[in-house]
Amino acid sequence: MGVGIEVNLLNAWYGANHTLEDITLHIPANEATALIGPSGCGKSTFVRCLNRMHETNPIAKVTGEVKVGGVDIYSETSAVEVRRRIGMVFQRPNPFPTMSIYDNVASGLRLNGFRVRRVLDEVVERSLKHAALWEEVKDDLKKKSGASLSGGQQQRLCIARALAVDPEVLLMDEPASALDPVSTAKIEDLIFELKSQYTIVIVTHNMQQAARVAERTGFFLNGKLIEFDSTHKIFTNPSDKRTEDYITGRFG
Amino acid sequence: MASQLQSSRINRRWRWFANHMATVLAVGATIAVIAPLVAIFLDLVYKGASSLNWNFFTKTPAPVGEMGGGMLNAIVGSAVLLGVASAMGVPVGIAAGIYLSEFGRGTKLSNLVRFTADVLNGVPSIVMGISVYALIVAPEKTFSAFAGGVALGIMMIPTVARTTEEMLLMVPHPIREAALGLGVPNWRSVLSITLKTALPGVITGCMLAFARVAGETAPLLFTAFGNPFVSTALNQPIEALPLQIYVYALSPYDEWHRLAWAGSLVLIVLIVVSVALVRLVTTRGVLKGAS
Repeated sequence: MGVGIEVNLLNAWYGANHTLEDITLHIPANEATALIGPSGCGKSTFVRCLNRMHETNPIAKVTGEVKVGGVDIYSETSAVEVRRRIGMVFQRPNPFPTMSIYDNVASGLRLNGFRVRRVLDEVVERSLKHAALWEEVKDDLKKKSGASLSGGQQQRLCIARALAVDPEVLLMDEPASALDPVSTAKIEDLIFELKSQYTIVIVTHNMQQAARVAERTGFFLNGKLIEFDSTHKIFTNPSDKRTEDYITGRFG
Repeated sequence: MASQLQSSRINRRWRWFANHMATVLAVGATIAVIAPLVAIFLDLVYKGASSLNWNFFTKTPAPVGEMGGGMLNAIVGSAVLLGVASAMGVPVGIAAGIYLSEFGRGTKLSNLVRFTADVLNGVPSIVMGISVYALIVAPEKTFSAFAGGVALGIMMIPTVARTTEEMLLMVPHPIREAALGLGVPNWRSVLSITLKTALPGVITGCMLAFARVAGETAPLLFTAFGNPFVSTALNQPIEALPLQIYVYALSPYDEWHRLAWAGSLVLIVLIVVSVALVRLVTTRGVLKGAS
Protein backbone atom coordinates (compact mmCIF):
# COMPACT_ATOMS: atom_id res chain seq x y z
CA MET A 1 0.00 0.00 0.00
CA GLY A 2 1.06 3.54 -0.59
CA VAL A 3 1.87 6.03 2.12
CA GLY A 4 1.49 9.79 2.30
CA ILE A 5 4.35 12.27 2.12
CA GLU A 6 4.61 15.39 4.27
CA VAL A 7 7.11 18.03 3.26
CA ASN A 8 7.93 20.90 5.60
CA LEU A 9 10.05 23.92 4.68
CA LEU A 10 12.22 22.04 2.22
CA ASN A 11 15.15 24.01 0.78
CA ALA A 12 17.64 22.72 -1.76
CA TRP A 13 20.79 24.08 -3.36
CA TYR A 14 23.12 23.17 -6.21
CA GLY A 15 26.31 24.92 -5.20
CA ALA A 16 25.30 28.56 -4.68
CA ASN A 17 22.11 28.07 -6.67
CA HIS A 18 19.05 28.08 -4.40
CA THR A 19 16.81 25.72 -6.42
CA LEU A 20 13.99 25.12 -3.92
CA GLU A 21 12.72 27.65 -1.40
CA ASP A 22 10.57 26.75 1.59
CA ILE A 23 8.45 24.06 -0.04
CA THR A 24 5.65 22.80 2.20
CA LEU A 25 3.03 20.38 0.96
CA HIS A 26 1.20 17.19 1.78
CA ILE A 27 1.00 14.42 -0.82
CA PRO A 28 -1.84 12.02 0.02
CA ALA A 29 -1.46 8.24 -0.13
CA ASN A 30 -2.70 6.20 -3.10
CA GLU A 31 -3.23 9.14 -5.39
CA ALA A 32 -1.33 10.50 -8.34
CA THR A 33 0.08 13.96 -7.73
CA ALA A 34 1.37 15.92 -10.70
CA LEU A 35 4.03 18.63 -10.53
CA ILE A 36 4.03 21.14 -13.38
CA GLY A 37 6.01 24.26 -14.19
CA PRO A 38 8.47 25.66 -16.72
CA SER A 39 11.93 24.14 -17.24
CA GLY A 40 14.32 24.89 -14.40
CA CYS A 41 11.54 25.67 -11.89
CA GLY A 42 12.77 23.03 -9.43
CA LYS A 43 10.16 20.31 -9.87
CA SER A 44 12.74 17.65 -10.77
CA THR A 45 14.95 18.71 -7.87
CA PHE A 46 11.88 18.40 -5.63
CA VAL A 47 11.16 14.76 -6.51
CA ARG A 48 14.87 13.96 -6.22
CA CYS A 49 14.73 15.28 -2.66
CA LEU A 50 11.89 12.86 -1.89
CA ASN A 51 14.15 9.81 -2.29
CA ARG A 52 17.45 11.50 -1.45
CA MET A 53 18.79 11.20 -5.00
CA HIS A 54 19.47 14.94 -4.83
CA GLU A 55 22.41 14.36 -2.51
CA THR A 56 24.23 12.02 -4.94
CA ASN A 57 25.47 15.21 -6.59
CA PRO A 58 28.49 16.32 -4.52
CA ILE A 59 27.64 20.03 -4.71
CA ALA A 60 24.00 19.54 -3.68
CA LYS A 61 22.64 20.52 -0.26
CA VAL A 62 19.24 20.17 1.34
CA THR A 63 17.49 21.32 4.54
CA GLY A 64 14.01 20.83 5.92
CA GLU A 65 11.83 17.85 6.70
CA VAL A 66 10.40 15.11 4.48
CA LYS A 67 8.21 12.53 6.20
CA VAL A 68 7.22 9.44 4.25
CA GLY A 69 4.60 7.39 6.08
CA GLY A 70 5.49 9.34 9.23
CA VAL A 71 9.26 8.62 9.05
CA ASP A 72 11.63 11.53 8.50
CA ILE A 73 13.79 10.28 5.63
CA TYR A 74 16.65 12.67 6.38
CA SER A 75 17.10 12.01 10.10
CA GLU A 76 15.51 8.67 10.92
CA THR A 77 16.79 6.36 8.21
CA SER A 78 19.54 5.86 5.60
CA ALA A 79 19.51 6.99 1.97
CA VAL A 80 19.75 3.37 0.80
CA GLU A 81 16.76 2.37 2.93
CA VAL A 82 14.74 5.36 1.66
CA ARG A 83 15.38 4.48 -1.98
CA ARG A 84 14.28 0.90 -1.39
CA ARG A 85 10.90 2.17 -0.19
CA ILE A 86 10.54 4.89 -2.79
CA GLY A 87 10.97 3.78 -6.40
CA MET A 88 11.98 6.15 -9.16
CA VAL A 89 11.42 6.22 -12.91
CA PHE A 90 13.65 8.63 -14.82
CA GLN A 91 13.13 10.87 -17.80
CA ARG A 92 15.07 8.70 -20.21
CA PRO A 93 14.62 4.94 -20.04
CA ASN A 94 17.76 3.54 -18.38
CA PRO A 95 17.69 -0.26 -18.37
CA PHE A 96 20.98 -1.95 -17.45
CA PRO A 97 22.45 -2.63 -20.93
CA THR A 98 24.40 -5.77 -20.02
CA MET A 99 21.43 -7.48 -18.37
CA SER A 100 18.60 -9.53 -19.86
CA ILE A 101 15.01 -8.39 -19.46
CA TYR A 102 14.61 -10.84 -16.58
CA ASP A 103 17.81 -9.71 -14.86
CA ASN A 104 16.81 -6.06 -15.19
CA VAL A 105 13.57 -6.63 -13.32
CA ALA A 106 15.23 -8.89 -10.75
CA SER A 107 18.18 -6.51 -10.28
CA GLY A 108 16.77 -4.54 -7.34
CA LEU A 109 16.26 -7.70 -5.30
CA ARG A 110 19.41 -9.47 -6.45
CA LEU A 111 21.71 -6.52 -5.82
CA ASN A 112 20.35 -6.40 -2.30
CA GLY A 113 21.33 -10.01 -1.82
CA PHE A 114 18.04 -11.81 -2.49
CA ARG A 115 18.51 -14.98 -4.58
CA VAL A 116 15.62 -17.43 -4.17
CA ARG A 117 14.91 -18.51 -7.76
CA ARG A 118 11.24 -19.40 -7.38
CA VAL A 119 10.36 -16.12 -5.68
CA LEU A 120 12.38 -14.10 -8.20
CA ASP A 121 10.50 -15.81 -11.06
CA GLU A 122 7.21 -14.83 -9.47
CA VAL A 123 8.26 -11.25 -8.78
CA VAL A 124 9.55 -10.77 -12.32
CA GLU A 125 6.34 -12.08 -13.86
CA ARG A 126 4.11 -10.03 -11.54
CA SER A 127 6.12 -6.82 -12.05
CA LEU A 128 6.16 -7.17 -15.82
CA LYS A 129 2.40 -7.82 -15.84
CA HIS A 130 1.92 -4.80 -13.61
CA ALA A 131 3.92 -2.69 -16.01
CA ALA A 132 1.86 -4.03 -18.96
CA LEU A 133 4.94 -5.47 -20.63
CA TRP A 134 4.62 -9.20 -19.89
CA GLU A 135 2.79 -10.19 -23.07
CA GLU A 136 5.35 -8.45 -25.27
CA VAL A 137 8.48 -9.93 -23.70
CA LYS A 138 7.56 -13.22 -22.01
CA ASP A 139 9.23 -15.31 -24.73
CA ASP A 140 12.58 -13.49 -24.63
CA LEU A 141 12.95 -12.87 -20.90
CA LYS A 142 16.45 -14.29 -20.62
CA LYS A 143 17.48 -14.10 -24.28
CA LYS A 144 17.26 -10.39 -24.99
CA SER A 145 19.04 -7.45 -23.41
CA GLY A 146 16.90 -4.76 -21.83
CA ALA A 147 18.53 -2.31 -24.23
CA SER A 148 17.15 -4.18 -27.25
CA LEU A 149 13.56 -3.12 -26.53
CA SER A 150 11.88 -0.05 -28.04
CA GLY A 151 11.95 3.22 -26.07
CA GLY A 152 8.41 2.80 -24.76
CA GLN A 153 9.05 -0.81 -23.81
CA GLN A 154 12.28 0.18 -22.08
CA GLN A 155 10.42 2.72 -19.98
CA ARG A 156 7.83 0.11 -18.96
CA LEU A 157 10.73 -2.22 -18.17
CA CYS A 158 12.13 0.48 -15.88
CA ILE A 159 8.73 0.79 -14.22
CA ALA A 160 8.65 -3.00 -13.73
CA ARG A 161 12.16 -2.85 -12.28
CA ALA A 162 11.06 -0.17 -9.82
CA LEU A 163 7.91 -2.11 -8.86
CA ALA A 164 9.82 -5.36 -8.27
CA VAL A 165 11.29 -4.11 -4.98
CA ASP A 166 7.73 -3.41 -3.80
CA PRO A 167 8.01 0.31 -3.01
CA GLU A 168 5.37 2.38 -1.26
CA VAL A 169 5.86 5.46 -3.40
CA LEU A 170 6.68 5.74 -7.10
CA LEU A 171 8.39 8.93 -8.27
CA MET A 172 8.26 9.60 -12.00
CA ASP A 173 10.42 12.37 -13.46
CA GLU A 174 8.87 13.19 -16.85
CA PRO A 175 8.50 9.47 -17.61
CA ALA A 176 6.91 9.99 -21.03
CA SER A 177 8.79 13.00 -22.34
CA ALA A 178 11.12 10.89 -24.50
CA LEU A 179 8.31 8.67 -25.86
CA ASP A 180 5.92 8.73 -28.79
CA PRO A 181 2.15 9.33 -28.22
CA VAL A 182 1.22 5.62 -28.27
CA SER A 183 3.82 4.72 -25.66
CA THR A 184 2.84 7.80 -23.65
CA ALA A 185 -0.79 6.65 -23.59
CA LYS A 186 0.34 3.24 -22.31
CA ILE A 187 2.36 4.82 -19.50
CA GLU A 188 -0.60 7.01 -18.54
CA ASP A 189 -2.94 4.01 -18.46
CA LEU A 190 -0.39 2.35 -16.25
CA ILE A 191 -0.27 5.26 -13.81
CA PHE A 192 -4.04 5.00 -13.58
CA GLU A 193 -3.80 1.32 -12.68
CA LEU A 194 -0.89 1.68 -10.28
CA LYS A 195 -2.24 4.42 -8.06
CA SER A 196 -4.61 2.03 -6.31
CA GLN A 197 -1.52 0.40 -4.80
CA TYR A 198 1.16 3.09 -4.79
CA THR A 199 1.43 6.76 -4.07
CA ILE A 200 2.56 8.33 -7.31
CA VAL A 201 4.32 11.64 -7.82
CA ILE A 202 4.77 12.57 -11.47
CA VAL A 203 6.72 15.49 -12.88
CA THR A 204 5.45 16.52 -16.28
CA HIS A 205 5.83 19.23 -18.88
CA ASN A 206 2.60 18.15 -20.44
CA MET A 207 -0.41 19.83 -18.79
CA GLN A 208 -2.92 17.57 -20.50
CA GLN A 209 -1.05 14.66 -19.00
CA ALA A 210 -1.33 16.16 -15.53
CA ALA A 211 -5.05 16.75 -16.08
CA ARG A 212 -5.55 13.18 -17.30
CA VAL A 213 -3.75 11.20 -14.61
CA ALA A 214 -3.51 13.24 -11.41
CA GLU A 215 -5.95 13.98 -8.58
CA ARG A 216 -3.79 16.81 -7.36
CA THR A 217 -1.45 19.21 -9.09
CA GLY A 218 1.30 21.49 -7.81
CA PHE A 219 2.60 24.43 -9.82
CA PHE A 220 6.27 25.34 -9.37
CA LEU A 221 7.89 28.59 -10.51
CA ASN A 222 11.46 29.74 -9.86
CA GLY A 223 12.02 27.30 -7.01
CA LYS A 224 8.78 28.09 -5.21
CA LEU A 225 5.56 26.15 -4.93
CA ILE A 226 3.02 28.69 -6.18
CA GLU A 227 -0.14 26.66 -5.83
CA PHE A 228 -1.11 23.15 -4.79
CA ASP A 229 -4.69 21.99 -5.10
CA SER A 230 -6.98 19.47 -6.75
CA THR A 231 -6.18 19.11 -10.44
CA HIS A 232 -9.69 20.22 -11.31
CA LYS A 233 -9.32 23.45 -9.36
CA ILE A 234 -5.85 24.22 -10.78
CA PHE A 235 -6.99 23.82 -14.36
CA THR A 236 -10.42 25.48 -14.11
CA ASN A 237 -10.19 28.06 -11.39
CA PRO A 238 -6.63 28.67 -10.12
CA SER A 239 -6.36 31.12 -7.24
CA ASP A 240 -2.98 32.53 -8.26
CA LYS A 241 -2.58 34.78 -11.29
CA ARG A 242 0.78 33.16 -12.20
CA THR A 243 -0.78 29.67 -12.30
CA GLU A 244 -3.49 30.96 -14.58
CA ASP A 245 -0.93 32.60 -16.87
CA TYR A 246 1.04 29.36 -17.10
CA ILE A 247 -1.83 26.98 -17.80
CA THR A 248 -3.38 29.31 -20.34
CA GLY A 249 -0.02 29.36 -22.13
CA ARG A 250 0.79 33.01 -21.56
CA PHE A 251 4.36 32.10 -20.57
CA GLY A 252 6.60 29.11 -20.01
CA MET B 1 18.13 28.59 -63.51
CA ALA B 2 20.55 27.25 -66.09
CA SER B 3 23.54 28.72 -64.28
CA GLN B 4 22.30 27.26 -61.01
CA LEU B 5 22.16 23.83 -62.59
CA GLN B 6 25.63 24.40 -64.01
CA SER B 7 27.09 25.31 -60.65
CA SER B 8 25.41 22.37 -58.97
CA ARG B 9 27.04 20.09 -61.53
CA ILE B 10 30.45 21.53 -60.67
CA ASN B 11 29.62 21.09 -57.01
CA ARG B 12 28.70 17.51 -57.62
CA ARG B 13 31.97 16.83 -59.40
CA TRP B 14 33.93 18.48 -56.61
CA ARG B 15 32.01 16.50 -53.98
CA TRP B 16 32.73 13.28 -55.88
CA PHE B 17 36.40 14.16 -55.93
CA ALA B 18 36.54 15.18 -52.25
CA ASN B 19 34.65 12.06 -51.19
CA HIS B 20 36.98 9.70 -53.04
CA MET B 21 40.01 11.65 -51.90
CA ALA B 22 38.98 11.15 -48.27
CA THR B 23 38.42 7.44 -48.86
CA VAL B 24 41.85 7.02 -50.44
CA LEU B 25 43.52 8.86 -47.54
CA ALA B 26 41.69 6.75 -44.95
CA VAL B 27 42.59 3.49 -46.70
CA GLY B 28 46.20 4.66 -47.10
CA ALA B 29 46.46 5.50 -43.39
CA THR B 30 45.01 2.09 -42.50
CA ILE B 31 47.60 0.33 -44.66
CA ALA B 32 50.39 2.43 -43.11
CA VAL B 33 49.26 1.24 -39.66
CA ILE B 34 48.94 -2.42 -40.56
CA ALA B 35 51.96 -2.77 -42.88
CA PRO B 36 54.73 -2.75 -40.21
CA LEU B 37 52.92 -5.40 -38.17
CA VAL B 38 52.47 -7.64 -41.19
CA ALA B 39 56.07 -7.06 -42.29
CA ILE B 40 57.45 -7.98 -38.86
CA PHE B 41 55.28 -11.06 -38.66
CA LEU B 42 56.22 -12.27 -42.15
CA ASP B 43 59.91 -11.70 -41.42
CA LEU B 44 59.62 -13.71 -38.20
CA VAL B 45 57.85 -16.55 -39.96
CA TYR B 46 60.45 -16.53 -42.73
CA LYS B 47 63.45 -16.61 -40.38
CA GLY B 48 62.02 -18.44 -37.40
CA ALA B 49 59.60 -21.06 -38.67
CA SER B 50 62.33 -23.35 -39.99
CA SER B 51 63.82 -23.73 -36.48
CA LEU B 52 60.47 -24.54 -34.93
CA ASN B 53 60.02 -28.19 -34.16
CA TRP B 54 58.76 -30.38 -31.34
CA ASN B 55 62.10 -30.09 -29.52
CA PHE B 56 61.75 -26.32 -29.32
CA PHE B 57 58.72 -26.70 -27.04
CA THR B 58 59.91 -29.76 -25.08
CA LYS B 59 63.65 -29.36 -24.54
CA THR B 60 65.80 -26.98 -22.57
CA PRO B 61 68.73 -25.23 -24.31
CA ALA B 62 71.53 -27.43 -25.59
CA PRO B 63 75.18 -26.58 -24.75
CA VAL B 64 77.05 -24.43 -27.21
CA GLY B 65 78.15 -26.38 -30.27
CA GLU B 66 75.47 -29.02 -29.96
CA MET B 67 72.56 -28.88 -32.35
CA GLY B 68 68.96 -28.95 -31.20
CA GLY B 69 67.70 -27.88 -27.85
CA GLY B 70 64.65 -25.74 -27.20
CA MET B 71 63.18 -23.04 -25.04
CA LEU B 72 60.87 -24.97 -22.74
CA ASN B 73 62.47 -23.23 -19.75
CA ALA B 74 61.72 -19.80 -21.25
CA ILE B 75 58.14 -20.63 -22.23
CA VAL B 76 57.35 -21.96 -18.75
CA GLY B 77 59.24 -19.05 -17.18
CA SER B 78 57.35 -16.41 -19.18
CA ALA B 79 54.06 -18.03 -18.15
CA VAL B 80 55.05 -17.93 -14.47
CA LEU B 81 56.32 -14.33 -14.67
CA LEU B 82 53.21 -13.10 -16.49
CA GLY B 83 51.01 -14.95 -14.01
CA VAL B 84 52.67 -13.19 -11.08
CA ALA B 85 52.59 -9.85 -12.93
CA SER B 86 48.88 -10.16 -13.78
CA ALA B 87 47.94 -11.33 -10.29
CA MET B 88 49.48 -8.12 -9.02
CA GLY B 89 48.94 -5.56 -11.80
CA VAL B 90 45.33 -6.35 -12.75
CA PRO B 91 43.61 -6.14 -9.32
CA VAL B 92 45.65 -3.14 -8.16
CA GLY B 93 45.19 -1.37 -11.50
CA ILE B 94 41.44 -1.97 -11.64
CA ALA B 95 40.99 -0.90 -8.03
CA ALA B 96 42.95 2.30 -8.69
CA GLY B 97 40.88 2.95 -11.82
CA ILE B 98 37.65 2.52 -9.85
CA TYR B 99 38.91 4.95 -7.23
CA LEU B 100 39.85 7.54 -9.87
CA SER B 101 36.53 7.36 -11.67
CA GLU B 102 33.96 6.61 -8.97
CA PHE B 103 35.18 7.77 -5.56
CA GLY B 104 37.98 10.28 -5.92
CA ARG B 105 36.58 12.46 -8.70
CA GLY B 106 37.99 15.99 -8.30
CA THR B 107 39.85 15.29 -5.05
CA LYS B 108 43.52 16.18 -4.54
CA LEU B 109 44.44 12.56 -3.90
CA SER B 110 42.92 11.39 -7.17
CA ASN B 111 44.76 14.06 -9.13
CA LEU B 112 47.95 12.93 -7.44
CA VAL B 113 47.24 9.26 -8.22
CA ARG B 114 46.45 10.07 -11.86
CA PHE B 115 49.63 12.11 -12.23
CA THR B 116 51.71 9.39 -10.57
CA ALA B 117 50.24 6.75 -12.86
CA ASP B 118 51.08 8.80 -15.93
CA VAL B 119 54.65 9.34 -14.73
CA LEU B 120 54.99 5.65 -13.84
CA ASN B 121 53.88 4.84 -17.37
CA GLY B 122 56.79 6.89 -18.68
CA VAL B 123 59.47 5.40 -16.42
CA PRO B 124 62.01 3.51 -18.57
CA SER B 125 61.62 -0.21 -18.02
CA ILE B 126 65.31 -0.66 -17.13
CA VAL B 127 64.79 1.74 -14.22
CA MET B 128 61.89 -0.43 -13.07
CA GLY B 129 64.25 -3.41 -13.08
CA ILE B 130 66.87 -1.60 -11.02
CA SER B 131 64.26 -0.37 -8.52
CA VAL B 132 62.93 -3.86 -7.96
CA TYR B 133 66.51 -5.13 -7.72
CA ALA B 134 67.10 -2.67 -4.88
CA LEU B 135 63.76 -3.39 -3.20
CA ILE B 136 63.56 -7.18 -3.46
CA VAL B 137 66.62 -8.84 -5.00
CA ALA B 138 69.29 -7.10 -2.87
CA PRO B 139 67.61 -7.70 0.53
CA GLU B 140 66.72 -11.30 -0.39
CA LYS B 141 70.21 -11.84 -1.84
CA THR B 142 68.84 -13.83 -4.78
CA PHE B 143 67.36 -13.21 -8.19
CA SER B 144 63.86 -14.62 -8.31
CA ALA B 145 60.75 -15.16 -10.41
CA PHE B 146 58.85 -13.21 -7.78
CA ALA B 147 61.04 -10.13 -8.25
CA GLY B 148 60.64 -10.36 -12.04
CA GLY B 149 56.87 -10.71 -11.72
CA VAL B 150 56.69 -7.69 -9.42
CA ALA B 151 58.71 -5.56 -11.86
CA LEU B 152 56.36 -6.48 -14.71
CA GLY B 153 53.29 -6.12 -12.45
CA ILE B 154 54.21 -2.56 -11.49
CA MET B 155 54.57 -1.76 -15.18
CA MET B 156 51.04 -3.05 -15.82
CA ILE B 157 49.38 -0.90 -13.14
CA PRO B 158 49.29 2.52 -14.85
CA THR B 159 47.89 1.18 -18.14
CA VAL B 160 45.23 -0.89 -16.39
CA ALA B 161 44.31 1.94 -14.00
CA ARG B 162 43.98 4.63 -16.66
CA THR B 163 42.01 2.51 -19.14
CA THR B 164 39.72 1.31 -16.33
CA GLU B 165 39.11 4.94 -15.37
CA GLU B 166 38.37 5.96 -18.97
CA MET B 167 36.04 3.01 -19.53
CA LEU B 168 34.11 3.62 -16.30
CA LEU B 169 33.68 7.28 -17.20
CA MET B 170 32.06 6.20 -20.45
CA VAL B 171 29.25 4.42 -18.60
CA PRO B 172 26.26 6.81 -18.85
CA HIS B 173 25.30 8.55 -15.62
CA PRO B 174 21.61 7.47 -15.79
CA ILE B 175 22.73 3.82 -15.43
CA ARG B 176 24.31 4.63 -12.05
CA GLU B 177 21.22 6.59 -11.03
CA ALA B 178 19.03 3.63 -11.92
CA ALA B 179 20.99 1.40 -9.56
CA LEU B 180 21.10 3.95 -6.72
CA GLY B 181 17.37 4.62 -7.22
CA LEU B 182 16.67 0.96 -6.50
CA GLY B 183 18.22 1.29 -3.07
CA VAL B 184 21.46 -0.42 -4.04
CA PRO B 185 24.42 0.69 -1.89
CA ASN B 186 26.99 2.72 -3.80
CA TRP B 187 29.83 0.18 -3.58
CA ARG B 188 27.53 -2.54 -4.88
CA SER B 189 26.32 -0.34 -7.72
CA VAL B 190 29.91 0.43 -8.70
CA LEU B 191 30.97 -3.23 -8.78
CA SER B 192 27.85 -4.92 -10.13
CA ILE B 193 26.54 -2.26 -12.50
CA THR B 194 29.15 0.32 -13.52
CA LEU B 195 32.17 -2.00 -13.66
CA LYS B 196 30.15 -4.77 -15.27
CA THR B 197 28.87 -2.41 -17.96
CA ALA B 198 32.42 -1.23 -18.68
CA LEU B 199 33.97 -4.71 -18.49
CA PRO B 200 34.77 -5.27 -22.19
CA GLY B 201 36.82 -2.06 -22.26
CA VAL B 202 38.49 -2.82 -18.93
CA ILE B 203 39.53 -6.26 -20.22
CA THR B 204 40.96 -4.65 -23.36
CA GLY B 205 43.07 -2.42 -21.11
CA CYS B 206 44.32 -5.42 -19.13
CA MET B 207 45.24 -7.26 -22.35
CA LEU B 208 47.12 -4.22 -23.65
CA ALA B 209 49.13 -4.06 -20.43
CA PHE B 210 49.69 -7.83 -20.54
CA ALA B 211 50.91 -7.78 -24.13
CA ARG B 212 53.22 -4.90 -23.40
CA VAL B 213 55.00 -6.49 -20.44
CA ALA B 214 55.07 -9.92 -22.10
CA GLY B 215 57.76 -8.59 -24.44
CA GLU B 216 59.80 -6.73 -21.82
CA THR B 217 63.45 -7.69 -21.39
CA ALA B 218 65.03 -4.85 -19.46
CA PRO B 219 63.11 -5.15 -16.16
CA LEU B 220 63.96 -8.86 -16.03
CA LEU B 221 67.75 -8.52 -16.44
CA PHE B 222 68.34 -7.73 -12.76
CA THR B 223 65.31 -9.50 -11.33
CA ALA B 224 64.40 -12.82 -13.01
CA PHE B 225 67.97 -13.07 -14.32
CA GLY B 226 67.44 -16.21 -16.43
CA ASN B 227 67.76 -19.93 -15.81
CA PRO B 228 68.80 -22.67 -18.23
CA PHE B 229 66.56 -25.20 -16.49
CA VAL B 230 62.79 -25.48 -16.25
CA SER B 231 61.72 -23.87 -12.98
CA THR B 232 58.43 -22.76 -11.50
CA ALA B 233 59.75 -21.78 -8.06
CA LEU B 234 59.01 -18.17 -7.22
CA ASN B 235 62.14 -17.79 -5.06
CA GLN B 236 64.54 -19.03 -7.79
CA PRO B 237 65.88 -17.26 -10.88
CA ILE B 238 63.71 -17.97 -13.90
CA GLU B 239 64.03 -17.73 -17.68
CA ALA B 240 61.75 -15.63 -19.89
CA LEU B 241 61.31 -15.66 -23.67
CA PRO B 242 62.42 -12.05 -24.25
CA LEU B 243 65.41 -12.59 -21.96
CA GLN B 244 66.53 -15.70 -23.80
CA ILE B 245 65.96 -14.08 -27.19
CA TYR B 246 68.15 -11.21 -26.03
CA VAL B 247 70.97 -13.51 -24.93
CA TYR B 248 70.76 -15.71 -28.04
CA ALA B 249 70.56 -12.79 -30.44
CA LEU B 250 73.74 -11.26 -28.98
CA SER B 251 75.62 -14.55 -29.08
CA PRO B 252 78.10 -15.34 -31.90
CA TYR B 253 76.51 -18.70 -32.80
CA ASP B 254 74.33 -19.16 -35.91
CA GLU B 255 72.30 -21.92 -34.25
CA TRP B 256 71.41 -19.57 -31.39
CA HIS B 257 70.48 -16.81 -33.83
CA ARG B 258 68.03 -19.19 -35.51
CA LEU B 259 66.58 -20.13 -32.12
CA ALA B 260 66.22 -16.42 -31.25
CA TRP B 261 64.14 -15.90 -34.39
CA ALA B 262 62.02 -18.91 -33.54
CA GLY B 263 61.63 -17.62 -29.96
CA SER B 264 60.42 -14.23 -31.24
CA LEU B 265 57.84 -15.93 -33.43
CA VAL B 266 56.64 -18.07 -30.51
CA LEU B 267 56.45 -15.01 -28.23
CA ILE B 268 54.25 -13.09 -30.68
CA VAL B 269 52.00 -16.07 -31.34
CA LEU B 270 51.62 -16.79 -27.61
CA ILE B 271 50.64 -13.17 -26.92
CA VAL B 272 48.09 -13.15 -29.76
CA VAL B 273 46.66 -16.50 -28.67
CA SER B 274 46.30 -15.50 -25.01
CA VAL B 275 44.67 -12.18 -25.91
CA ALA B 276 42.26 -13.98 -28.26
CA LEU B 277 41.47 -16.59 -25.62
CA VAL B 278 40.62 -14.00 -22.99
CA ARG B 279 38.41 -12.19 -25.51
CA LEU B 280 36.64 -15.41 -26.40
CA VAL B 281 36.00 -16.36 -22.78
CA THR B 282 34.82 -12.92 -21.71
CA THR B 283 32.49 -12.26 -24.63
CA ARG B 284 30.67 -15.56 -24.24
CA GLY B 285 27.05 -15.19 -23.19
CA VAL B 286 26.59 -11.61 -24.37
CA LEU B 287 22.89 -11.03 -24.93
CA LYS B 288 21.07 -10.09 -28.09
CA GLY B 289 20.91 -6.32 -28.42
CA ALA B 290 23.31 -5.64 -25.54
CA SER B 291 25.41 -2.57 -26.10
